[in-house]
Amino acid sequence: MDDVTLSETGLPPARAGRILLIACGALAREVLALKQTNGWEHLDLQCLPANWHHYPDRIVPAVEKLVAERRGAYDGIFVVYADCGTGGQLQAACDRLGVEMIAGPHCYSFFEGNDAFAALDEMTAFYLTDFSVRQFDAFIWRPLGLERHPDLRDLYFGNYTKLVYQAQLDDPALDLKAQDCARRLGLAYERRLTGYGDLAVTLGRVAG
Amino acid sequence: MADEDDIILSELSDDELVLQMHDDLYDGLKEEIEEGVNILIGRGWAPYDVLTKALVAGMTIVGADFRDGILFVPEVLLAANAMKAGMAILKPLLAETGAPRMGKMVIGTVKGDIHDIGKNLVAMMMEGAGFEVVDLGINNAVEKYLDALEKEQPDILGMSALLTTTMPYMKVVIDTMKEKGLREEYIVLVGGAPLNEEFGKAIGADAYCRDAAVAVETAKQFVARKHNQLNG
Repeated sequence: MDDVTLSETGLPPARAGRILLIACGALAREVLALKQTNGWEHLDLQCLPANWHHYPDRIVPAVEKLVAERRGAYDGIFVVYADCGTGGQLQAACDRLGVEMIAGPHCYSFFEGNDAFAALDEMTAFYLTDFSVRQFDAFIWRPLGLERHPDLRDLYFGNYTKLVYQAQLDDPALDLKAQDCARRLGLAYERRLTGYGDLAVTLGRVAG
Repeated sequence: MADEDDIILSELSDDELVLQMHDDLYDGLKEEIEEGVNILIGRGWAPYDVLTKALVAGMTIVGADFRDGILFVPEVLLAANAMKAGMAILKPLLAETGAPRMGKMVIGTVKGDIHDIGKNLVAMMMEGAGFEVVDLGINNAVEKYLDALEKEQPDILGMSALLTTTMPYMKVVIDTMKEKGLREEYIVLVGGAPLNEEFGKAIGADAYCRDAAVAVETAKQFVARKHNQLNG
């Protein structure tokens, strides 16, 4: 499992387990780490491409299709996506399909903890997670065309004031890389060790 | 030194130059657009014709290819930058020579939201289409919208949001307009990546516009309808 594959194609299910988790590829490592730590052998994981972060309109039809295809093979399905830019459409689709999804507007919120995130006044913060720090060039820099047109940077990021790295793991190498990301974007830097936040709590409930 | 294959814009006929400007706009070539605008003005073109036939028509192609997934945000931004440079030359000339006035729009990103790329594209295309645009910028509370409506007396209020968490604020603005008896006086258009037509209807907007080109066409239709009602 490498980050490029998770970004571009996702992750197929292992076809082992009673409950299928349909997740964003950007969450694969975190979900698998929680699964391993907690011994949740009955949870299977399938991921959709992480770079759909840039194309949220692709998420809802793909989740709908997967739920329809897989529901006969599992006792239950849980969607490990927050709203993620779908404007409430993913929640509406999950309601129609009778499956649950993780609460919150996006992963930055549930990693921080949705209540804690809502209480923050950080309108001008740009967030990165472990995944997006590792994949900064493929996930942020290149899709925005900044390798070819660095002069566009301030059009994208001119209204932001700081980059907040929400660290899931306490990894000094990722900290250094995130600092470099902030420098490249021309933003102040802040690191917060969030761990898995509401993701761990929610999956614990799903695992039963 | 110029390559042999380099195109000398000043040597092209008017029709060829306009087509070349469409290509240059598509490629985001700011300096070439500025040069093309100056050449056409130098040849006696009316500023309004340069705007519509060279710039707006070129940007419409960019908009269509963005909608169809052929172009992406970086290319659209570069094209918009090039168009903006051309418009900067034309604006004072348009003020002198006059141009058809389509209407007036107040536009801004809603409270809690700092994203303005889409809003800026809409503002630019609306200006290109002959609308006077008052841009309130980002993070606008309802009071700021209402103050601007009172002061500017526009035909249209445009609101933009990129976040699922901020888009409901559009309803706060519309509901406040209703409470104050102002809603029917203005055309309200909304847009932004997480929005859709259903959301636009649910909050009481006149229309959801999925991109800048749709915003321009929708604005034209609503303004024409409003004028017809007033004249009827």
